Amino acid sequence: MTALSEEVLLVVKRVRQRKQDGTLYLMAERIAWGPEGKDRFSVSLLYADIRCQKISPDGKAKIQLQLVLHTGDSTTFHFANESSALKDREATKELLQQLLPKFKKKANKELEEKNRMLQEDPVLFQLYKDLVVSQVISAEEFWANRVSTPSVESSLSNNKQEVGISAAFLADIRPQTDGCNGLRYNLTADIIESIFRTYPAVKQKYAENVPHNLTEKEFWTRFFQSHYFHRDRISTGMQDIFSECAKQDELGLKSMVVQGVKNPMVDLLSLEDKSLDEGYGSKVAASTSNSKPTVKENSNSAIIKRFNHHSSMVLAAGMKKGDGPNDQASETSSTDGNSRDSDFFQLPIKKLKLQEAIEYEDLQNGTGPRTVALNLKKSDRYAHGPVPLQSHQYTTTQDIITAVNCIQHEMVFYKPSLTQVMSSSAASSAIAALSPGGVLMQTCAQQTMNQLVPSDLQAELKQLYTAAGELLRHFWTCFPINTPFLEEKAEKMRSNLERFQMAKLRPFQEKVQRQYLSTNITGHLEEMLQAAYNKFHAWQTRRMMRKT
Amino acid sequence: MKLNIEGLLVYFPYDYIYPEQYSYMLELKRTLDAKGHGVLEMPSGTGKTISLLSLIVAYQRAHPLEVTKLVYCSRTVPEIEKVVEELRKLIEFYAKETGKPNNFLALALSSRKNLCVHPEVSSLRFGKEVDGKCHSLTASYMRAQRQSDPSLPSCCFYEEFDAVGRQVPVSAGVYNLDDLKDYGRRKGWCPYYLARYSILHANIIVYSYHYLLDPKIADLVSKELSKKSVVVFDEAHNIDSVCIDSMSVNITRKTLDRCQLNVDTLQNTIQRIKETDAAKLKEEYRQLLEGLKEASVARETDVFLSNPVLPDEILQEAVPGSIRTAEHFIGFLKRFLEYLKSRLRTHHVVQESAPQFLKDIFEKVCIDRKPMRFCAERLHSLLRTLEIADVADFSAITLISHFATLVSTYSKGFTIIIEPFEDKTPTIANPVLHFSCMDASIAIKPVFERFQTVIITSGTLSPLDIYPRILDFRPVTMASFTMTLARTCLCPLIVGRGNDQVALSSKYETREDFAVIRNYGNLLLEMSAIVPDGIVAFFTSYLYMENIVASWYEQGILENVQRNKLIFIETPDAAETSMALEKYQEACENGRGAILLSVARGKVSEGIDFVHHYGRAVIMFGVPYVYTQSRILKARLEYLRDQFQIRENDFLTFDAMRHAAQCVGRVIRGKTDYGLMIFADKRYARADKRGKLPRWIQEQITDSSLNLSIDETIQLSKHFLRQMAQPFKREDQLGLSLLTLEQLQTEEMLKRITQLAHQA
Repeated sequence: MTALSEEVLLVVKRVRQRKQDGTLYLMAERIAWGPEGKDRFSVSLLYADIRCQKISPDGKAKIQLQLVLHTGDSTTFHFANESSALKDREATKELLQQLLPKFKKKANKELEEKNRMLQEDPVLFQLYKDLVVSQVISAEEFWANRVSTPSVESSLSNNKQEVGISAAFLADIRPQTDGCNGLRYNLTADIIESIFRTYPAVKQKYAENVPHNLTEKEFWTRFFQSHYFHRDRISTGMQDIFSECAKQDELGLKSMVVQGVKNPMVDLLSLEDKSLDEGYGSKVAASTSNSKPTVKENSNSAIIKRFNHHSSMVLAAGMKKGDGPNDQASETSSTDGNSRDSDFFQLPIKKLKLQEAIEYEDLQNGTGPRTVALNLKKSDRYAHGPVPLQSHQYTTTQDIITAVNCIQHEMVFYKPSLTQVMSSSAASSAIAALSPGGVLMQTCAQQTMNQLVPSDLQAELKQLYTAAGELLRHFWTCFPINTPFLEEKAEKMRSNLERFQMAKLRPFQEKVQRQYLSTNITGHLEEMLQAAYNKFHAWQTRRMMRKT
Repeated sequence: MKLNIEGLLVYFPYDYIYPEQYSYMLELKRTLDAKGHGVLEMPSGTGKTISLLSLIVAYQRAHPLEVTKLVYCSRTVPEIEKVVEELRKLIEFYAKETGKPNNFLALALSSRKNLCVHPEVSSLRFGKEVDGKCHSLTASYMRAQRQSDPSLPSCCFYEEFDAVGRQVPVSAGVYNLDDLKDYGRRKGWCPYYLARYSILHANIIVYSYHYLLDPKIADLVSKELSKKSVVVFDEAHNIDSVCIDSMSVNITRKTLDRCQLNVDTLQNTIQRIKETDAAKLKEEYRQLLEGLKEASVARETDVFLSNPVLPDEILQEAVPGSIRTAEHFIGFLKRFLEYLKSRLRTHHVVQESAPQFLKDIFEKVCIDRKPMRFCAERLHSLLRTLEIADVADFSAITLISHFATLVSTYSKGFTIIIEPFEDKTPTIANPVLHFSCMDASIAIKPVFERFQTVIITSGTLSPLDIYPRILDFRPVTMASFTMTLARTCLCPLIVGRGNDQVALSSKYETREDFAVIRNYGNLLLEMSAIVPDGIVAFFTSYLYMENIVASWYEQGILENVQRNKLIFIETPDAAETSMALEKYQEACENGRGAILLSVARGKVSEGIDFVHHYGRAVIMFGVPYVYTQSRILKARLEYLRDQFQIRENDFLTFDAMRHAAQCVGRVIRGKTDYGLMIFADKRYARADKRGKLPRWIQEQITDSSLNLSIDETIQLSKHFLRQMAQPFKREDQLGLSLLTLEQLQTEEMLKRITQLAHQA
């Protein structure tokens, strides 16, 4: 075996791959499969290349495990050992579950970036499917002149200002009655993200439970049912997965309180210099021992606590990154050994605050009010303010921003030429004349392409167009050809185009013909390809001539 | 700049001056000249502290024999530190102007908790623990014991201070709390004892009220202060409560149980000492026989500040024979304790005067008035003799002994109320004996008598005449200053009704009214939409706030408020509230904006300033009347009526309005600051309420803003905020509310300034 030096973590026998029996090996860095009786692996995948694993649903006859790679390829293993197939699969799954996350971090940053781009951009994804998956061009070629874009974008995103969270995001999830004694909550991606950012405990629960134990829908249903969401209801001891979250929150709150405040001017604990000794004074401390707070009082104080916690979490989520230097200061001070003597690092803050407190800016010369420059990466976001989320019509903030941008753009270039408008009657008659069936449109077919071609064909055509466009773009970027590399590429691109024509365009044309559509809808595509061929041909003949 | 205040050269460490500051200094100078007491009200944020300091320091320099010391009392630790920093600025200015270093010594004094540098002791969290631990390391007999047994723990800082610290006085300069600690660390001396020792020769002391007003502490710390001192009580609007608190005692069943333990411990200790060291007890007996002569001599020669717990008469006498020996005294304590226990067993509320109580105790357990008066002194002596290390353990018995002395000393001004249960929970027995002081003048009397000048000052002292009455003194000056404004930077509005014309009020009858709560919510909601940065809202009590917050939550009002601002709420827990406060400031700082819901009379309303963007609006929901059903309050009101001819309603309104004024005054800290003050209760419109607001707020209330609806309020607020958002430059102020030296010296201006002070 080749893998003598590697540590084999798990060996599963009788695993089928492509209808061939074999053995599955899980090693430290890769997963491999070799057919029975041969001592080489026909499948060997690095964990780092695996994006995720999928398993066949319970109760299905075939017990399978599928590995999906970052490239989009997938490999399916069929566990065929009758007695222990399920167990084998579970063991493999478990182990992979542990292993994959470790490698995920290692996985190529670029790959992730590409992946993200593909996910975010459906057009690009379709293109990728058309060109790379169908092996018209290789993945490297596909990405070749796109790599620059992600890097630019990533630098942008590092620089991007995080948008804060609306404090009322929970309120925006207005429950609606669905008419049969139920409630419907509308969740949007924005809200979910807000919940996750504000309550990391919920995010953790989500990661733990979805999708292994619960579906996403179940998870959120339980979330809304939980006393965690309705914090004013006192926990009835019912076991729900969020009771732990509440506890965690409480701990977080407590630790925040114990940490105390950095600014001595607001520290109420050290406000009083000398409190009265116990037993003196006219106000008696409320006797906590005897009178138990009623349920109502309890729930009231729970609400108050919740507001304080919620607000500070929202605040914290909004500025997780900005705190860098501050944290460092406190870290260094805590590492210098003398943990108790907080005065050392508190001193500068305290001095500063004291100075601030006694300053009269108008009595002194020279000291203008100190101002902080507003640092906005997206000033339009600031201008239009937080968007109240409507439950019926939901658009992400990003959508709104782009929409606003578009309109702005159009408005900038909009020039009404008021001197040249025609009278309304003339305009309407012109429209009538130009409409199908009008005076000027008599020769034209009454049906437009739109109605003529079935929608699935239209979609397919669109895809073909984008794919062809992409290929042609690659082709045309080769010109003017002045390096051997470009030469090579141009030739390759030409063959790519030919292959595209054969593999994609032709079948489509046949399909169109089969449906007896008279119009030549692929004509333009062909023309474009032809133009490319002509160009290539011209170039080739020129080159031949130069050579001879 | 250098000012001439009626012939006195005053260095003022700024280039410009507010007219009212000049006026304030004038009044202050006259008070000092007359060697009398004064009551001065000056708006917050007009540089009251620096005016005070500048003038008094100048006076001290000009007349070093007439005013030897300035004792500046403030309320909270941050305020104390602020005063010292301002003082530092002033002294530095002196050094710069005169070119030679100043020989002034100024220092802050605070409790051990804030000054201790001992690594172990200072790590304790509560002041009481720090005190106890310190005491166990530094008490004289502990140190004597260490002579024979060096293995006992000690505080090297104290030892070092004791060895050399007293020989050389601290070099001149300004010492804040941190400076003292620094100094202590450098020299290896205990900063706390150094400070306590140094106040005797310091020119300026800054510390909290308690060091003068709480007889237990004053006796230790302040009794040797020179008679020729000027005492300033800053932020003195609550001074009567401080006085009353320091003289009132509450005894619960728990106190008595702990007392019982204390007595048993004492008895055992006495028994043990008797067997081993009988001479010590004999010595104590001899001393007691000689009486408290020393103290008496001291008081006659006027060396010490007198102690209200140590009445004059007992100084002339020896401790009565019945409690002179240790065993007899223990027996006495036991009887007293049993008597108190029997009194707590009552099933109905009892209220009686001190003479009634004394009569009863004589009839029941034959305890005379005379030995009771010596009780506190006697116990003190015994604890010293028995070499009790941790006095904190004996707090219960000390409390009882103070009670015994007070109840037998003062036949007037106190009342005894025994409540077998709390009003809210009549089924649960929780007996408390309140020995409650009703006369604030008792605790402060020694201060007025001893020191030649006492200044009571604050931003909110209206109505001025009530303070001399309840504190029982004759001021030579009483003045209230207004705020000269180039733009009206405060905007008091009285909201009397909601948009649906429902009258807004927190009065008892409509407290639960849904319509009122909803309208209050609407007010908050609408304000949250138009006010930038921070809004502070005050409720009349914590309970009221809790209820309102709960119903706002149910009605979804708070959700809507959250769309505009983050919400933070004060809780009874100080640490939690501190955190909320800090987050609140953070949210104001980063532009998100926040609302702080808080309680009048709470910690936030008393000690935290909301300068500039930390508070652009303050909303006062309701009139913060004190809980009137309390028996203690009723007794006090009765007393005030009988003794000082202050009508109950007048006092209650005065008390409510001073708290309301405190709350709303939190947002204005200076003339460049601005803020809305919204009084959300129709009762504020009445003349008797409005008239009790400080003059500088009253002046800005126009007749048209007396009974606004929410909509009108929003309109006016918008208008105000828009105006305030315009740039405000120094030039706009100059000549009106801000003066250069030249402007100050013009005839016309001087005439105008004399009108600023409003003589009460």
